[in-house]
Amino acid sequence: MKQEALIPKVGVVTDIRQDTPDVKTFRVVGLDGNKLFEHMPGQCAMVSIPGIGEGMFSITSSPTNKEFMEFSIKKCGCLTSWLHMMDVGQEVTVRGPLGKNFPVETVPTPENGNYGLKGKDLLFIAGGIGLAPLRSVINYCRDKKRENPGAYGSLHIIYGSRSKDDLVDYQEILDEWSQDCKVDLTIDREQEGWDGHVGFIPNYVKELKPDLNRTVLICGPPIMIKFTLDGLKELGFQEEQVYTTMELRMKCGIGKCGRCNIGDKYVCKDGPVFRFDELSELPNEY
Amino acid sequence: MKKVSRENLDALFAAIAEAKKLYLPVADGTDEKRGVKYSVWTPEAKYAAEAVNTVRSAKDFFFPQVENMVNFKVNGKKIEVDDIRTECEDFVIFGVRACDAASFKILDSVYLSEPVDTYYQNRREHGVVMTMSCSKPSETCFCSVFGIDAAEPAGDVSCWLTDDAVLMQANTEKGEALLASLPMLEDAADDAAEESKAKTKAILEKLPLKNLSTDSFGGDKLMELFSSDKWASLSEACLGCGTCTFVCPTCQCYDIRDYDTGHGVQRFRCWDSCMYADFTKTAGGQPRPTQLERFRQRFMHKLVYYPANNDGVFGCVGCGRCMKSCPISMNIVKVMKTLGEGNA
Repeated sequence: MKQEALIPKVGVVTDIRQDTPDVKTFRVVGLDGNKLFEHMPGQCAMVSIPGIGEGMFSITSSPTNKEFMEFSIKKCGCLTSWLHMMDVGQEVTVRGPLGKNFPVETVPTPENGNYGLKGKDLLFIAGGIGLAPLRSVINYCRDKKRENPGAYGSLHIIYGSRSKDDLVDYQEILDEWSQDCKVDLTIDREQEGWDGHVGFIPNYVKELKPDLNRTVLICGPPIMIKFTLDGLKELGFQEEQVYTTMELRMKCGIGKCGRCNIGDKYVCKDGPVFRFDELSELPNEY
Repeated sequence: MKKVSRENLDALFAAIAEAKKLYLPVADGTDEKRGVKYSVWTPEAKYAAEAVNTVRSAKDFFFPQVENMVNFKVNGKKIEVDDIRTECEDFVIFGVRACDAASFKILDSVYLSEPVDTYYQNRREHGVVMTMSCSKPSETCFCSVFGIDAAEPAGDVSCWLTDDAVLMQANTEKGEALLASLPMLEDAADDAAEESKAKTKAILEKLPLKNLSTDSFGGDKLMELFSSDKWASLSEACLGCGTCTFVCPTCQCYDIRDYDTGHGVQRFRCWDSCMYADFTKTAGGQPRPTQLERFRQRFMHKLVYYPANNDGVFGCVGCGRCMKSCPISMNIVKVMKTLGEGNA
């Protein structure tokens, strides 16, 4: 029989990291110990526990990691609660890679409508678990810059969460990202032991006044994205400079089951990565 | 062109059924109100030649309401994947109307585009579609609005009914092979079906919905139609029962679910409907919170989103099933008329 995209592969969880009180990062490899498949930053996979359900998650590890894949998953529903109860050694099924990636290897030119990230100064803006899909791009760009310093310009990360405890990948941010990226962190409310910035991301972005020549990648709760985009526009950024990645309910992940349809697009197949000028042509049903 | 006399039709069915499973429209029991449904042919089955359409569409043959996709054996932390796909047996569907035949092309554009849905493809490759020209199009029919000719139905074999015979024209290799295997077929003149076609066309000319306009719809009208304030009144009475989606030959959305049998897990898919609240509901929120958004999605998909991705072809074939089955008498024709007012 021909290969069927709806039939998954089996992977095994080899490591579980408790990132925040409700976010865990799961390391997954195939049963032969190798990666299940290659992906590009921003692509997703359907992860499932048979009998419980299947859900779409962004692959948070970078493709430059040749050993394993990681998924950062927030506990919020039935399937994610089950995933959070897993121990190391638990097998899961995985289908992927699914969807369109961030155009990390595309050089923006006037001919392609300046679509692409290659060679650009980048600004990453993430809220809460919204860091998960961007982490893949951040680590990809950092690794590619080590091989070829001109691959991307400077990397600026603005990341915020409800509290210090809710910052995903906090240790990696402190130990690694702050070495070669400009990192600005914020939390929503004052907290003991936090001497960094306090306040919501949209306002913080406006205060920081990032360079207008940067290409922006943004991910977080819809309300944060909305106000941050408004703030970026006030600062003078164009919609063509800003990329995001979306999340809707999905079942097939290959543009057939109809669930993630918005306008003439399917988020699973035509996205989840979109540039804001593409989104502004679609109904606001997400 | 081939022909078989009407007395010999049952012999023809028997000959087809000898080699392949044959399905055809048969009256459902003695109660006329229950309508006509596709059934496996048996010597007792009486082909409902005059019934304009079956209650449920012919999409069931290629996209069944429920199907098992894959099984899992779960043992502690271990998972085994069991690919249960098997090659489908050859089958023939006789008496498909032009609208349903056109719906297969719409389903094809979804399921046969990359990555191909092998479940659908398997059945599509093994199924031979024999269409029948409509001798009595009904007042709920409006296939001509979408460029479908009920007198010239597509399919592997097209058939026409005359007073004393059934005429057959093969359109594909599959169709030719089938006709060649049927010894009781006689040769007929190439223009033998003209009288039957003319009769059908004369009825089509008189149908009340033949002037329904599609001018206000299409991929280029996306934001304009989405923002229309008419959706509120159109959707107000919608019960969200999803019947329209289930009888619709072009509705192709599905759900994937797992069933724990106690001995393993069966992953199956089943028809789903964008008219249902939990179609898009997640733990994180609901992008279509009221029936207005769900109702709008269904019609926008058929009249705007689908044509935007398919060279202007609409996602409706005008079979009229939704008009007959909706409990509040709402349907795509009312939607098109209301939205088209003042624009057409």
